[in-house]
Amino acid sequence: MSPMFYLLAALTLAGGLAAVLLKHLVHCALATTVAFAGLALLFLQLDAQFAGFAQILVYIGAVAILIVFAILLTRGADLPRDGVFSSTWFIGLVIAAAIFAVLAWAVIQGVRAVPQQMAVPAVTVHDIGDALVGRYVLPLEIVALLLTAATIGAVIVAMLEKERRQ
Amino acid sequence: MTSVGMTTPLAGYLLVAAMLFAIGLAGALVRRNAILVLIGIELMLNSANLNLIAFWRYGPHPEALTGMMFAIFSIAVAAAEAAVGLGLVIAIHRHTGTTELDKINRMKG
Repeated sequence: MSPMFYLLAALTLAGGLAAVLLKHLVHCALATTVAFAGLALLFLQLDAQFAGFAQILVYIGAVAILIVFAILLTRGADLPRDGVFSSTWFIGLVIAAAIFAVLAWAVIQGVRAVPQQMAVPAVTVHDIGDALVGRYVLPLEIVALLLTAATIGAVIVAMLEKERRQ
Repeated sequence: MTSVGMTTPLAGYLLVAAMLFAIGLAGALVRRNAILVLIGIELMLNSANLNLIAFWRYGPHPEALTGMMFAIFSIAVAAAEAAVGLGLVIAIHRHTGTTELDKINRMKG
């Protein structure tokens, strides 16, 4: 394991933890962006250049901006009076810890049985493009349809109230 | 490689993904604000993507691109989910005046 991996893992996990723990919603959005960036760098560390740059474009470029817009539109920047954690926070924490324990146990127990390729895969963006319009063309079309439907649906859901009042 | 599985790169990435998943799940379960719950769900989806990419990189057939494609489609679906989810949060806020999930306790508008 390279020191770079530990650095990026620490960055990603610190970003995720800060996103969950910070009080101010805007700070949470910023911390989420840090976590997304750390994940993109981990993808690059895994020699998945295309997925890494797609992660930067989609998550940092679009999802983080959407979150900031939602915070601004819902006046989420004001601090709530009665704390940021829900009344059943302890149960949620226990469930999350239990799931992490099970996952970590499964990884440590099971990963030795998996044969691991150490050579860097020689995959170019050209190969990915070929696969997208060749073998995976039907999923690509379905995703295009899904994205169109989701965009229209999000606009309609967010607009509905205004139309009814007119 | 030593006897402890943690020293292999794949196990390291999988453990980071498991930890990020647990953090996202904790965020989705513990926080009051609906936007924070969506952020937690995004973190969980992202950790699943990290698993897919790690298995693609250290799997027996990386040239088949299966894990990579799965991750790319998963990124696209997660983007659609974020758009619809945040649209719903904005609609709920406009309707009830709050995004705190403890206070949203009616099914009927």
